[in-house]
Formats: sequence, structure tokens, C-alpha cells
Amino acid sequence: MTEWSIIWDAREAFFNGFFNTLALFALSIVCAFVLGCAMLYSLEERTPLAIVVRWLVNGMRMLPFLILAYLLYYGLPRLGLRLDAWTAGLLALIVYHGAYFTEILRGSRLVLPAGYVEAAKAHGFTPFRLFMRIILPQLVIKTRPLLGNQLIIALKDTAFLTIITVQELTAAANSVQATYFIPTEAFVVVIVLYWLISIGLELALKWAARFGAKRGFEHG
Amino acid sequence: MNGQAWLLLLEGAWTTLWISAIAIAIGVFCGLGIALLRMARIPFLEQLLILYTSLARATPLVTLVLFIFLSAPMFGINLDRNTAAILALTLNTTAFNAEIWRSAFISFSREQKEAALACGMTQGVFFRRIMLPQMLTSSLPGLVNEMSFLIKGSPAIAIIGIVDLTRVTNRIAAVTYDPLPPILAAALLYMLIIGVLLKLQAIAEKKANRLAM
Repeated sequence: MTEWSIIWDAREAFFNGFFNTLALFALSIVCAFVLGCAMLYSLEERTPLAIVVRWLVNGMRMLPFLILAYLLYYGLPRLGLRLDAWTAGLLALIVYHGAYFTEILRGSRLVLPAGYVEAAKAHGFTPFRLFMRIILPQLVIKTRPLLGNQLIIALKDTAFLTIITVQELTAAANSVQATYFIPTEAFVVVIVLYWLISIGLELALKWAARFGAKRGFEHG
Repeated sequence: MNGQAWLLLLEGAWTTLWISAIAIAIGVFCGLGIALLRMARIPFLEQLLILYTSLARATPLVTLVLFIFLSAPMFGINLDRNTAAILALTLNTTAFNAEIWRSAFISFSREQKEAALACGMTQGVFFRRIMLPQMLTSSLPGLVNEMSFLIKGSPAIAIIGIVDLTRVTNRIAAVTYDPLPPILAAALLYMLIIGVLLKLQAIAEKKANRLAM
């Protein structure tokens, strides 16, 4: 059992990695969600901006996350903007998942009955208030399962950042195993930690489903 | 960016493609197998498969690749990089495919099964002739979607030193001291590959919708 006691002695590295992963994840999904909603709002009207956003979203759908992180971390210094790995990783997470949030919400926006919007317009809602009060809440509640999936994908994408040298959970396991040469134990601990986070996320989503059912948007 | 660099990029793209293709091929079949086993509800095995699906879906690919590559020698198994990468990608995609197949199973109409059994078909014939062709059509969009996810996740194999389409950009940049063009070119190649898959998915969806009507 000496391996496990080594792991226990190295707990600080794991804790640091764990909190770094959690911080990256939490910060990025909150910003990504806001960005996603903002991009969705820009799609409401047919403006040049909407066309740019459409291109961006479609582009992100066809790009692996790591390539975007590479672009921001290795590519941007060429243009005179040097970011450290953590910021570049966070930015990549925000842009990438923001685009996916937009795509998910847009899919639901297309099938939203026009009656709601027309009724709200007739009541004198300004476009922004209409979006914030009428459209967005419905879309978010309706697309909950898809948004939840995207959250789990975002959590897993944080692990890619270890390749651009961000010190997160996978990097912690890698450095512990490189120091003490106990790869199996180190990675089992990390996989269990990831698993716990995603179980927590799933429970939170179930709780959110109950809220949706109470508001009458879901049945069951 | 000269011809040499483009050649290296294409080589990287080929590595990404063949490793992903093997993982996809095994993953689709094993996913079906696991879905069938789970529908059979064998005690203990079912709990084990649920645990596997849950774990495999929660584990990031990078972590899984590193885990398999580094800890296999500890158990006395010698894996080369490519095998470890294929194994990791397969373990990951199988879990997702199993869920796609299973949802196709669950939503299969009971009337057809009853009709087939009333016509005197055995379970095996019914599955092969009636159920599988329809399940294939209805789960194809999901499967193709999972394929594009796998390709998007495949840069994870770069961490154990496989020179795939992502990692090859570092190699080129190490020579030219200019990382931006190779990364942009790699992005273009990825967009081509995944764009084709997205197109296929749209076609598959159209076909699946026709079946539903």
C-alpha cells in the first residue's frame, strides 16, 4: 500500500490541480454562457454582425478544441499578443463553448412558436427586454439536457489544456507519476475526481429538471 | 510554409484519420454489443457495464490516453503508442455509441416485434431482418455525430508523442519559428474532415426522418 501513501503525501499537488480545473471550468462556463447568449441575441436581427457570428459558430463546430487553444497560445504571440497558458486556455474554453451554447440555443430558437414574440411585441417590449424576459428563459429551460451535455464536454476539454502546460488536474497526475513513477494510482485518483465532478453536474441537472417541470416546460 | 511542411501536415492528417477510423470501426460494433448485453439484463454484468459507461463518459480523453499508455507496463503489458491511442479512443467512443444504440433499442416499436413473432419469425431472424436495419437508420445521425466528436477529441493522442495533425504543427514551427501558418493549415484540414462528417450527418438525418414518417 506504499503507493497510496505516496499519493496521500502528494495530495497538495492533486488539490491544486483539482481547484485549478474547477476554477477554469466554472469561470469558463459562466463566461461562455453569457457569450453564447450575447451571440444568440446578435442573431435575432439580420445584421453584418449576425453573419460574422454564424461563421464563427459554424467554424468552431468544425474545429477541435485543442487547435483553438494552440491558436491562442502559440499563434497569437505572432500578432503581438502574448498570453500566459492559463489565460489562453480560459479564453479558448470561453470562445469554443460559447459558440456551442449559441448553436444549442439557436436550434431551439428556430422552433419557438412565433406567438410569444408577437404577443410581447404587441405589449411594447423593447427587443432587448423581449429577449431577456421572454425568449431566453424558455430556450434555456427547454434545452437543459443539451446544455448539460455541453457542460460535461467543457469539463473534459479542460484536460486538453495540460498539453499547453496549464497546471490542472491531469497535469498534476502526470507530474506526480513522473516524480514517483506510480502512474496507475495517480491516474485512478484523477479519473475518480473527474467522475465525481460529472456526477455532481448530473445531480444538479436533475434538480434543474424539477424546476423546469414545476414551471410546466417539461413533463415527467 | 513550403511543400515539405504541407507534406508533413498531410502525414499528420493521415495518422489522425487512420487511428480514428480504427477506433470508430471497433467502437460502433462494441457499442452495439454492449447495448445488446445491457438490454439482456444479466445481473452483475449490467451493473458493471453501467459503471463502465458512466466512467468512460466522464473521463477526459487526455487523461485516459495517459493512463493507458503509462500504466499498462505496470501490469506487464507492452503497448506501443499507436495501440494505446487506439485503445483509449475506442474505450471512449464505445461508451457513447452504446448509449446511442440503446436509445434506438428502447424507442423501437413493440407492435413490429409482436407482428414479426406472430408471423413465426424467431428472435434472431426478427433482430436481423426487422430490427437492425431500422435501428441502423435511426441511430446513424447519432453515430456520425459521435464520429465527429471523436475526431475533435483525437488531438488528445498527441500527449503520448504520436505525431498527429495537431502535434505536427509543433514540429513545423520548431523548424520555421513561425507557429501561426501551420496551426491555421491544420485547422483548415480539420475543418475539411469534420465538415464532411457534418454533411454526412445531415444526409443521415434526412434519411432517418423519412423513416419516421
